[in-house]
Amino acid sequence: MPRKQECIAMLLAGGQGSRLGILTKNIAKPAVPYGGKYRIIDFPLSNCVNSGIYTVGVLTQYQPLELNDYIGNGQPWDLDRAEGGVHILPPYQQIKGSEWYKGTANAIYQNIHFIDRYSPDYVAILSGDHIYKMDYDKMLSYHKEKNADCTIACIEVPWEEASRFGLMFVDSEGRITDFEEKPKNPRSNKASMGVYIFTWSKLRQYLIDDEADPNSSNDFGKDVIPKMHRAGERMYAYEFDGYWKDVGTIDSLWEANLDLLNPQINIDLDDASWKIYSRNAAAPPHYISADSKVENSLVSAGCEIEGEIDYSVLFSNVTVEKGACVKYSIIMPGAVIKEGAVVQYSIVAENAVIESGAVVGEKPESMKDPSAWGVAVVGAGVTIGKGVTVPSKAMIDKDMKGGN
Amino acid sequence: MRARNILGIIFANMYDDCLHELTALRTMASVPFGGRYRLIDFHLSNMVNCGIDKVGVVTKGNYRSLMDHLGNGRPWDLARKRDGLFLLPPFNADSSRSRSSRLEALIDLLPFIESADDEFVILTDCNVVCSFDYSGLIDFHKNTGADITVCCKRGIRPNLNDLMTFETDSDCRVTKIAVSPKLTEECLYSLNIVLLRKPFLERLIAEAKSLNYRSFTRDIMQSNVEKFKIYAYEPEGFIRTIDSLKSYYDISMELLKRENRKELFSADRPVFTKVRDDMPAIYGINCKAKNSLIADGCHIEGEVENCMLFRGARVGKNAVVKNSILMQGTIVSEGAHLNCVITDKNVTVTHGKNISGAESFPIYISKGIRV
Repeated sequence: MPRKQECIAMLLAGGQGSRLGILTKNIAKPAVPYGGKYRIIDFPLSNCVNSGIYTVGVLTQYQPLELNDYIGNGQPWDLDRAEGGVHILPPYQQIKGSEWYKGTANAIYQNIHFIDRYSPDYVAILSGDHIYKMDYDKMLSYHKEKNADCTIACIEVPWEEASRFGLMFVDSEGRITDFEEKPKNPRSNKASMGVYIFTWSKLRQYLIDDEADPNSSNDFGKDVIPKMHRAGERMYAYEFDGYWKDVGTIDSLWEANLDLLNPQINIDLDDASWKIYSRNAAAPPHYISADSKVENSLVSAGCEIEGEIDYSVLFSNVTVEKGACVKYSIIMPGAVIKEGAVVQYSIVAENAVIESGAVVGEKPESMKDPSAWGVAVVGAGVTIGKGVTVPSKAMIDKDMKGGN
Repeated sequence: MRARNILGIIFANMYDDCLHELTALRTMASVPFGGRYRLIDFHLSNMVNCGIDKVGVVTKGNYRSLMDHLGNGRPWDLARKRDGLFLLPPFNADSSRSRSSRLEALIDLLPFIESADDEFVILTDCNVVCSFDYSGLIDFHKNTGADITVCCKRGIRPNLNDLMTFETDSDCRVTKIAVSPKLTEECLYSLNIVLLRKPFLERLIAEAKSLNYRSFTRDIMQSNVEKFKIYAYEPEGFIRTIDSLKSYYDISMELLKRENRKELFSADRPVFTKVRDDMPAIYGINCKAKNSLIADGCHIEGEVENCMLFRGARVGKNAVVKNSILMQGTIVSEGAHLNCVITDKNVTVTHGKNISGAESFPIYISKGIRV
């Protein structure tokens, strides 16, 4: 048996992220690239090691190949350890049969034995689809100080957006008095961040009871948390005031990338004391040619830039040829933007090729109906032919042939 | 072919003095190069890319930065139970003193070489920047039936002490060896990358020890040019020998040309190095960057032209940096002007300073200096 750990983390990484459309056709949402060199899962994993949590279970289910490959033995996050480390936990066959993870709570339930091996006092349940830097150790201290059974991290969101979130009502002590799931008329703007710390002995019992309940959907937000609340358990809100973004939709993924270029927004990836680790490409520094013009952008290793880049995020090994123009866009690893092509307000996925003269995406200002505007997406490995126009909000997952 | 039966030996300190500015605090092997690499990365990557999985790195002194860079060899996949990376610092003061030449170091290392179960040995220094596929060299060595194969290049001889130049017959067999001759025209000069059978090397070392030989070039190569079958192999690719600060500067600047980058950083032969987990480079509003290589973690607010910026270099607003190499963590503050300057790690050029060298004489600012 491994040695006892005070706190271990369970990272929910099985979701499809269906609202990301073709970006998650072949990869799970936590493996979606973000920020020029990262993937979404780098944030919770880096938060764990920076917070001193070195035992992390990653629960996978949907399209796990690339995610498994990416996590590997956990070395980029210092999670290749003799004791603890990162463990990939897909659903598995048991003597009473086998089943998929039915919900977030069921996923943890199916791994009770994994958690028990470390006899932890506390378990952090994290989701793999948020961008934020957070010290879980501080949250754990708060949890202990409050003698809580469950602590939920929350963040104040703008009132007009509050109805998209699970909201909490909190008394002056920080104790949660009520919940509201995505209400039409929000009365609170404290949103749950999907980061929980539980006292393991408590949660363990609730998971077993929840599994026995035939009416439960086996979900933390819908079932387990409300049950604990109704039973009067000590549930506290831990207020977080840094940058936090759910990247569940194309638009929010696009925005979250461009947030990195906004000096007003406080997500410093350059902080040596809280590095975000990732599996790095073995690529040389990027090259900016004499004809290029690059401003207000993030550019990663291995890129070859001869065109114009403004307000964009370029991942590793992207090529932007002469006369090509990339604006307000996210270009994922290995994509090629050929001579004279225009990419604007778009996400171009890995290894896609935009042939010369093609135009991808539209400016919101140039739309006849601005409310119909959205980010255009070109899927992984797709070729957009010569001179082809890809309209706003389009999602292209097949090659588009161009004229000559 | 894959080369699992080859032992790699890299000499970290050879020719340190030709680049005395950059090697004042480090070995030749750990001299930063190419925006994110150290010179040894090219040799380690050449070796692992062709399947060599046992590499000894021989040092003489000044090796703290090298040890820090290499760690357990993981970036090169050399952190292994079986074989992997072997750091071979001097055993004691005597051994440090006696490692001033390749042959003396080899004598010192004989037990290490004997303990390996490989069939061949490749020896290399670190002052050559190159990326080429060793399998061509290995096939050449086997096909010619050479006792010793030396990699070489045709061109103007680099200005190094103890550097061999060759004359060969039509089969590439070396017929005459000159050591550092006075030559102004093009010649075939050694890259000091040598392949030979391990038992043969062991015999040479034992003989050298008993006869008190000191020089690999003179006592082993030159004196035996007729007796041994020595062959010269000319690899293709980006191959440059560093012999001075000026040549270091010129070779760095050559990487601003696409064809050179393509040769040195070919996708099927990646160059591996220690990872620093920097964020991507940030370009600010109104910055100007032209014809430059920029590594991750750089932050550019000012103007950069014909430059090489290492990881984490900063160029402030209204600063102008031209024809320069800024190593890791260099900060060029607002309004400063730099032209033809090489800054070592963590140099700070304060507000409004103006430093200018010439392309024929770049100015070097040593590690940690605040101007």
